[in-house]
Amino acid sequence: MPDIVVKTEDVVKEYRMGSNVLRALDGINIEILRGEYISLMGPSGSGKSTLFNMIGALDRPTKGQVYIDGQNMSNLSQRQIAAFRCHRVGYIFQSYNLLNVRTAHGNVTLPMIFAGIPDKDRNKKAEELLDKVGLGDRMYHLPDELSGGQRQRVAIARALANDPSIILADEPTANLDTITGREIIDLIKQLNTEDGVTVISATHDLKMLDVSDRIVDIRDGLVERIRNRDEIEIEVGDVGGE
Amino acid sequence: MDQRTSIEEQIDLPFVESLKISFQSLKIRFGRSIITTAGITLGIAFLVSVWANNEIDLALQESGRSSAITNLDEASEQGISTKDIWLIIMSLIVCVVGIANSMLMAVTERFREIGTMKCLGALDGFVVRLFLLESGFQGFAGALIGALIGTLGAVLLGLKNYGMDLFFYFPLFPANPENGSFQVGVLLLILIGCFLGMILAIVGSSFPAWRAAKLPPAEAMRTEV
Repeated sequence: MPDIVVKTEDVVKEYRMGSNVLRALDGINIEILRGEYISLMGPSGSGKSTLFNMIGALDRPTKGQVYIDGQNMSNLSQRQIAAFRCHRVGYIFQSYNLLNVRTAHGNVTLPMIFAGIPDKDRNKKAEELLDKVGLGDRMYHLPDELSGGQRQRVAIARALANDPSIILADEPTANLDTITGREIIDLIKQLNTEDGVTVISATHDLKMLDVSDRIVDIRDGLVERIRNRDEIEIEVGDVGGE
Repeated sequence: MDQRTSIEEQIDLPFVESLKISFQSLKIRFGRSIITTAGITLGIAFLVSVWANNEIDLALQESGRSSAITNLDEASEQGISTKDIWLIIMSLIVCVVGIANSMLMAVTERFREIGTMKCLGALDGFVVRLFLLESGFQGFAGALIGALIGTLGAVLLGLKNYGMDLFFYFPLFPANPENGSFQVGVLLLILIGCFLGMILAIVGSSFPAWRAAKLPPAEAMRTEV
């Protein structure tokens, strides 16, 4: 029996804008397996980020159900949802969403503070994670003192702080140059293959599709099709003359 | 679907963690904190200067030693005048609106930060507590400085009106003379100013902080100021 980590059932999300109702998701049904690398793809306004928010318990569906690890998310209490965000999922955003008042190290320790991990242990783990993403020498810099790629690396280290089983990445390479974007993709793929983390990514980036196991095309709030990586042909060139 | 692994409940964090985070935030956002605090300082300085000035006038009138009171058009023996009450009420309104506005802006521009903290596992109550602590510190510090500036302003005006007599009859402590009206005293006035500034800052930030904490993180992070 397949090990399903995320399942959505007829998920609908509507936004009210004055007297108009905008239906961003129009009944989404998908199943994501444990350890998969899934890319949600679609043009701007297709609903992929909205679906991303539903899967990550960052927003509530208007109708339908989202199950994570067999749990119906709409049955969870506020405390359980907070614990879910803290322990089960690591979020990576297009605009990094680092707290500017905290250093790289301070950003990585924050989810561990929320998880109640003691001072000494969380400091040590933050150092290890920042080393892992190649920022061992810039741990105590504020986000404003880091480049886009470095900030995204901090966000990745932060997403890994509580050993989540799912990484949700919303356009993680959209604000980065090609080479830095490639490095970020390799880092996320490495987490997927080496640590067995399920990766769900909303993206436009062909390089991200290249490393995906399956690609879910979203259009007008519906799943248009689901393709395996080997069903599509992508040619990703290299930049930088290497 | 089966219930493979049940999701536990999020824990409450010790108070000292909230204190550490809010202090750190105030320290790093020092420039912005100063602007918010200045809003509180100005409001309280205005209120305390008007009120303290009134207290000084009353005390000097009670003493009967003031020659300057003849220059004041409302220098009646009945003590506090309608105009003075009106002025104090107006300064209180300016103070309330000014502080509420400062705190509203300071919290609203941090909606994204609130959304991010919730993504990382913060409980709604923890987010609200952080903001109340920060605004409480800012409120107290701003109000204390404002109360001292306001008092200084009233003293300078008193010196101009009454000269050195002011120091002999300075209304530092509360007094309730037999034939006059009750005087709060400048010391108590400073304390009232500090308390008021702190409470107004906390009340002013609690509504936007509570509203932001209740929003789903995706919505809080979408908010643009």
